[in-house]
Amino acid sequence: MSAKQKIMLIRILLSAAAAGLLLVFPLEGLWQLLWLIPYLIAGYDVLLGAVHGVVNREVFDEEFLMAIATIGAVILGEYQEGVAVMVFFQTGELFQSIAVGKSRRSIAALMDIRPEVAHLEDENGLSDCSPEAVEPNSLILIRPGERVPLDGIVEEGTSALDTASLTGESLPREIAPGSEVLSGCVNLTGVLRVRTTRPYGESTVARILDLVENSAMKKSRSEAFITRFARVYTPAVCLAAALLAVAPPLAAMAAGHSAQWGVWIYRALSFLVISCPCALVISIPLSFFGGIGGASAKGILIKGGSDLEGLAKAGTVVFDKTGTLTQGKFSVSQLLPAEGVEPSRLLELAALAETHSDHPISRSLREAWGGDPARHTLEEVTEIAGHGVTAKVDGTAVAAGNARLIARLGLSLPEAPSSGTVVYVAQEGKYLGAVCIADLPKDGAKEAVAALRKQEVSPAVMLTGDSPAAAAPVAKALGLDRFYAGLLPQDKVNQVEALLAEKRPGKTLLFVGDGVNDAPVLTRADVGVAMGAMGSDAAIESADVVLMDDDPRKLSLAIAIARKTLTIVQQNIILALGIKALCLVFTAFGITNMWWAIFADVGVMVLAVLNAVRALRAPVSKNL
Amino acid sequence: MEKTYRIEVDCANCAAKMETAAKQTDGVADAAVSFMTQKMKVTFTEGSDPTEVMPAVKKACKKVERDCEIFF
Repeated sequence: MSAKQKIMLIRILLSAAAAGLLLVFPLEGLWQLLWLIPYLIAGYDVLLGAVHGVVNREVFDEEFLMAIATIGAVILGEYQEGVAVMVFFQTGELFQSIAVGKSRRSIAALMDIRPEVAHLEDENGLSDCSPEAVEPNSLILIRPGERVPLDGIVEEGTSALDTASLTGESLPREIAPGSEVLSGCVNLTGVLRVRTTRPYGESTVARILDLVENSAMKKSRSEAFITRFARVYTPAVCLAAALLAVAPPLAAMAAGHSAQWGVWIYRALSFLVISCPCALVISIPLSFFGGIGGASAKGILIKGGSDLEGLAKAGTVVFDKTGTLTQGKFSVSQLLPAEGVEPSRLLELAALAETHSDHPISRSLREAWGGDPARHTLEEVTEIAGHGVTAKVDGTAVAAGNARLIARLGLSLPEAPSSGTVVYVAQEGKYLGAVCIADLPKDGAKEAVAALRKQEVSPAVMLTGDSPAAAAPVAKALGLDRFYAGLLPQDKVNQVEALLAEKRPGKTLLFVGDGVNDAPVLTRADVGVAMGAMGSDAAIESADVVLMDDDPRKLSLAIAIARKTLTIVQQNIILALGIKALCLVFTAFGITNMWWAIFADVGVMVLAVLNAVRALRAPVSKNL
Repeated sequence: MEKTYRIEVDCANCAAKMETAAKQTDGVADAAVSFMTQKMKVTFTEGSDPTEVMPAVKKACKKVERDCEIFF
């Protein structure tokens, strides 16, 4: 509790004690003015605030309303209720400030990955300084247990890094000299000497902090609604209160009955107590902040409340293929040797023939083979553009390439394998078999698509620049609804626009890419999600949601968090407005009194704040 | 030009009022207040000096919400 909050608590307790004393000794006549003592102890600052508001033409603020309501009660001789309203109002404010302050701090702590110090090593030895003061290309020392202050490359030492605060991934990452380390991670086991690559302002941790802190500035539609609503609600209720105070008594007088001014003014004053929109105004940003904070602890950065809303309403989801659903690199997926040929021999010859090529396909062959080309002789290497390679491997003529190369050699092919890129191999005029090469789906990509289907996010679409033959098996294996292949970057934008046009109303279109070359599409989609963005500037800038690691399953977790947050927001809107509306109606008919009005104001706010705090805890999904 | 300032404000409604007040100050093109992070982001109009504008912003905010603070 801050000093301010402590003083408030003491005032509330004093006022309540004084009121208790006065209740024990029933007072009559002018002695009743003693009630003003607890009233003023609890509420003098509210009265001052009301005066300040009137002077500055801010009439409809809550202090003014409370002042009018309580002064009115006192004038009507309802001293106890005047004091009670003031005490409860202040208790509610105190609770709000403590509860909100506390959850605000816990969310902020969750997101606080700010490194405090960097150990700089230069010609003068080791010195401590703030990370901001370290120039790029300096040498820094990171001890076990410390947070990496700046991005850099390890020069000396091995260790394990806890990247959980960046990615939500709990498995430590092994690093050795030459590895890149990102600021914000925690060094776990060994001392590291790191050559910094970026100044603090451009380092990963600074960019993430900047993004998360600004996320609260980008207001969601619900927040904007509440701000607009509050602007109308309070004056409207005040007007209704004025009418309630005047109209029924006048009507009664006109009809020849007694006016009962006291009764109606009392009811009107209760209206004023209910008119404060606090419960909504506080709980909705708090829910969004909690949702965004909870997501960031899982390695999901959401740039603002509006993006959280967009995620929750996800309908169509469009994936980029390479690097998003697939690993983004070629690997040998299948060996189809001809009869009597050893599979390993087939792979060896293919890899050897392509030794000198730097094409990704050749690299994948060498990687799969894993042998040492220096132990073989390779002569007369000829690349035939658009066909493949012929060479003399260990003295025998080997050809490796596509179907056209085989045809050129005058050989016939058995039935062509169905998927991916195929390298056919022939030796000494004899067909040896085929090596299939594909960009394999990521671990978890299939589960990711299935989880989205469970969340009723459909259709799931894949876009790719690859050929339909390469795309079809991936789309089928992952269970995607549709795919569009052979797209140039600008075609992807057009395709997303076409999908935007046909999505269901009220739903949003998500585009998920790895942030490489897809900035225009990320911007064009309702919600652009960049994946595996650790260290990629462009992705962090153009995306609305950033998944820090490259696990596609995080997408459905992000949607689950967003939906939970939105549910809480809706609950709060209904809860607050519902109870307030009921109390207004009941009060107008004299069924409820000012005590209920206090509940409708303070009680609802307390409930709404407690509900909002739930948003901080990410929903547990069985799929993750 | 855009700058972010630390603020102190107790209630969310008051933060919203500060935002409106800051927006209407001369020299301010746009302003956003985040109650949650206790920060105010001010976009200044072309050619205005933040050191001159900010006292006016603070004054305007104090007018609508007695109990607030802006650190600049």
